[in-house]
Amino acid sequence: MYKYDEYDRALVQARVAQFRDQVARRLSGELSEEEFVPLRLQNGLYLQRHAYMLRVAIPYGTLSSVQLRTLGRIAEQYDRGYGHFSTRQNIQFNWIELEQVPDILQLLADQEMHAIQTSGNCVRNITTEAFAGVARDELLDPRPLAEILRQWSTVNPEFLYLPRKFKIAISSSETDRAALRAHDIGLYLYPGDEGEMLLRVMVGGGLGRTPILNEQVREALPWRHLLTYVEAVLRVYNRHGRRDNKYKARIKILVKALGVEAFAREVELEWEQIRDSAGQLTLHEYQRVAQGFRVPDYERLDALDADFGAWLARDAAFARWVQTNTRAHKVAGYSSVVLSTKPAPTADQSTAPGDLAAAQMYSVADLADRYGFGEIRVAHEQNLVLPDIRKRDLYALWKALVSIKLATPNIGLLTDVIACPGGDFCSLASTRSLPVARAIQQRFDNLDYLHDLGEISLNISGCVNACGHHHIGNIGILGVDRKGEEFFQVTLGGAQGKNSSLGKVIGPSFRAEDIPQVIERLLETFVRYREVEEPFIETLGRIGAGPFKESVYSGPDESTNPAQIHTHSRKGEAMA
Amino acid sequence: MKNLITLHSGAAAVAVKDPWELVDTQEGEAAPGASGSAYRILPLSDWRQLSEVAAKRSEATAEPMGVLLHPDDDPADLAPWIDRIALIALEFPSFRDGRAYTQAFVLRSRLGFRGELRAIGDVLRDQLVAMRHCGFSSFAVRGDRSAEDALKGLAGFDLIYARSVACPEPLFRRRLRAGEPGESDQPGT
Ligand code: HEM
Ligand code: SF4
Repeated sequence: MYKYDEYDRALVQARVAQFRDQVARRLSGELSEEEFVPLRLQNGLYLQRHAYMLRVAIPYGTLSSVQLRTLGRIAEQYDRGYGHFSTRQNIQFNWIELEQVPDILQLLADQEMHAIQTSGNCVRNITTEAFAGVARDELLDPRPLAEILRQWSTVNPEFLYLPRKFKIAISSSETDRAALRAHDIGLYLYPGDEGEMLLRVMVGGGLGRTPILNEQVREALPWRHLLTYVEAVLRVYNRHGRRDNKYKARIKILVKALGVEAFAREVELEWEQIRDSAGQLTLHEYQRVAQGFRVPDYERLDALDADFGAWLARDAAFARWVQTNTRAHKVAGYSSVVLSTKPAPTADQSTAPGDLAAAQMYSVADLADRYGFGEIRVAHEQNLVLPDIRKRDLYALWKALVSIKLATPNIGLLTDVIACPGGDFCSLASTRSLPVARAIQQRFDNLDYLHDLGEISLNISGCVNACGHHHIGNIGILGVDRKGEEFFQVTLGGAQGKNSSLGKVIGPSFRAEDIPQVIERLLETFVRYREVEEPFIETLGRIGAGPFKESVYSGPDESTNPAQIHTHSRKGEAMA
Repeated sequence: MKNLITLHSGAAAVAVKDPWELVDTQEGEAAPGASGSAYRILPLSDWRQLSEVAAKRSEATAEPMGVLLHPDDDPADLAPWIDRIALIALEFPSFRDGRAYTQAFVLRSRLGFRGELRAIGDVLRDQLVAMRHCGFSSFAVRGDRSAEDALKGLAGFDLIYARSVACPEPLFRRRLRAGEPGESDQPGT
């Protein structure tokens, strides 16, 4: 892992002192709330429905076991014993006292973490995919450039008050697992003919109330120009992005307004003037940062392990977990393991997707030390990953994970739901998204059925801000307020990754209690039309949304299926 | 202007007296400021019309020239006069509106403006460091806030990774200079 040097340390330490002073000035009344808001936001502090929420950055999703223990300690000491992992490789603490924030930031800074720019109209946490550096289908390791970008964007004085928030992701795998195309800038890293590092720069993506996938503005950008090119994009955006309406302030609106060609021309014009400036990266710097991501001391192992093979044959539950929750590793004899934060709810226990209790954090940290190289990753889907596990240790690890309820074999399946915190926490919410997630997880808790259905993504947002990425779920659920009543709109056909697409609304929205029934009918339709092992998204692509809509709105047969689905139809509501 | 902080060779201080005045030409036209001050700052819209006249007059009387840019003005419009303008004021209608940071960068780094670059409007203690990085050299602190107090905003820790007007090399180049071992790696392919 990248280790802070004296500059990095000095910066986060000074930032804690600065914010301590700002909090004191706020508490004394010297700073008005209006003046304090952007300052606290740039330090990750939101005011939610019931309390302050602190969002801590986990740059490119990488944590050491020591850091994870620190997060556990914060959850235990300053929150209600748990934390919430978000879709952008951050962790959120929901019950925070303003007075204690400086102390929390101090704990973070001491372990080389921070909450800087996790919120506010600035460049946010730089994300990548959870398997960076270890995935078998990876072309190049994106982490050094992600760290270089993290540093460059931190307190970059020209770009702290942009028109709106700015999200950058970088990835380099065959299947993009970082939702690149939903970002303000998506960077795809790939090798050129001579193996040199090149970047495809895509600009203008974002979800929210106007979902748009970004578009390519530059192909084959040599890595040395990464920072100058991003600088050029940000400068054009800072000058020309709209500021009169916050719903039209994201860069996606500017790119659409100008057209991607005209926008790209503006950027190139700007870039020509700075491409050879001191901002150009050096090999020396790349190597300095890349040292932090050196290949760990892998053992030389056979691709097949006899014990592992024996357990696979002997224990069906284990075999199922291996099938869904492990991923191919670059190195023979190793696997990456995904820890599901989404167990089926029970009568006395139900947790939000992405929630982890302090005790679980401590245990995961111990397991990372014991079986891995002390490293943990955070996935876009709100799960954790242990990146380097020997196959021969998988069985013991699995047993340990079962005992701490992090071994639900549902990664990539229907109940691996992405959901935002919704109305239970968020003050912007129109609806409560978590009860809907829970109802779905409850209804579909039969593992055999889930495995038969295969890969399918279901994403839920509690309002149009789309924090739950509902637009890019195969099935998307969006909570909407209709005259004070909660309704849920369903979209079909969204996807992330190489074949990203935005889902389309299937029709009038539903009441919360009907959602599980709606999902069931969608699944029945899928099963009816599915060919062999086809994933949901392919069946949908092949037959179109028609049969799905029909199954939901007409019902298969009212006499055999009495459950009446209540829809809310508003005049003029989009049907497509 | 009152409540002003100025930078002189890197040191910040509250200005005792400052001759500059914003001129509302709608009323006063290009006539000398109502108070009789010769140090007038004209909005760009008026400046465009009056620049030729003003430039001539300035040559004749050595009267210093100041221009005010609003956030949506293009600094490049000032290119023809950039060497003769003594002061450019950039406006922050709200401290959340960050366009002036980029205007400042363009004026300093691209157009080579060497005169005084002043932040006016919603100018507050906690943004002064970023403004200084982007090339501002004076700060007209918002009227209801004390400039003395705002000075503290410039006194604290200040390190950035990226480059800025005040700090033209990014940290990865400064680091080498600070004696870290390693080859010196010039930009360019
Ligand atoms: C509870 C406090 C939260 C608040 C107040 C909040 C607020 C917002 C708002 C206003 C937007 C829309 C931005 C826009 O359209 O410009 C947004 C987008 C987003 N948020 Fe949140 N959010 C919260 C929690 C979360 C959580 C828990 C996650 C992850 C699970 C998350 C991830 C995202 C993502 C991925 C987007 C979409 C970004 C895009 O439009 O490109 N947020 N959030
Ligand atoms: S989608 Fe809406 S309800 Fe959900 S977290 Fe975002 S802002 Fe809150």
